[in-house]
Amino acid sequence: MAFDSFGAFIVMEGHGPYVWACYFVFFLLMGAVMFWSLRQRRFVIAQQRRRTDSTPVRAESPAGASFTRIEPSQD
Amino acid sequence: MWQIFHKLGSPKWFFGIASTLMPWLLWVGVALLVAGLGWGLAFAPQDYLQGNSYRIIFIHVPSAFLAQSVYIMMAVAGLVTLVWRMKLADVFVKAVAPVGAVLTFLALFTGAVWGKPTWGTWWIWDARLTSMLILLFLYFGVIALGAAISDEKSSARAVAVLVLVGVVNIPIIKYSVEWWNTLHQPATFKLTEKPSMPAEMWVPLLLSVLGLYLIFGWLACLRMQTEILVREGRTRWVQQLVQARGD
Repeated sequence: MAFDSFGAFIVMEGHGPYVWACYFVFFLLMGAVMFWSLRQRRFVIAQQRRRTDSTPVRAESPAGASFTRIEPSQD
Repeated sequence: MWQIFHKLGSPKWFFGIASTLMPWLLWVGVALLVAGLGWGLAFAPQDYLQGNSYRIIFIHVPSAFLAQSVYIMMAVAGLVTLVWRMKLADVFVKAVAPVGAVLTFLALFTGAVWGKPTWGTWWIWDARLTSMLILLFLYFGVIALGAAISDEKSSARAVAVLVLVGVVNIPIIKYSVEWWNTLHQPATFKLTEKPSMPAEMWVPLLLSVLGLYLIFGWLACLRMQTEILVREGRTRWVQQLVQARGD
């Protein structure tokens, strides 16, 4: 190891705040992009599934409001 | 060759290949990045001139390297969109532009923080820094233009033209340290020369660059899959896939 103790590793002879700030922001942003991208895909899959699921359900039971087809007389 | 090119144009084929590759890209990428950064932070020797602040290099160089590579890849995809009208090329550009913007921001941010103890200033309007800032604005432009045009084909063409016009900035970034008198140091890695730093420094740097490349590959596959799911939502194969998958 390039440092004598864990304390020296954290302080880095006064350069610690600069180095650790960079690593913190790097992991924060990369983590956020990865998490956000995963969530977006999950959201899109759920949305698509709802869309495909809703079609047969609607055909079987018109939940809530009901609509009656009116067939006007052709006379 | 042409068969692969045609297959690449098929979103369904790409979706399957991406699903197979993704776990490898992610876990090998994370392992390489953790190894490279751990080595660079704790075990690499101190720089005789810059002290420990140089350890920022292990995230600054991979971010800056990727930020420019991603733009070049986008430019190639833009050309493919314009010449062959391949849908997947436009999917790639739209999917990776936000990732490229984040990487450019990271390169600028880590560079600014590194600049304070090394140059005595956070920012200077020097050729390398300014051209990187222009790259960030180009990424913002690509994202905004893609979102502003709702028609898929017009949006693809407009974005491809913008990406290709902006690619002129890449050689400017690359050669800015040679053409102008700048504070920024010259390139760390050159294809034709041996690195000027010792192996204890350049090996962890190379590991970090490779690791970040693979993680970018994972992100690109993931985000392209999402974009394909949105665009191809009405096709039978996407509907079957959505029903079969739990995540």
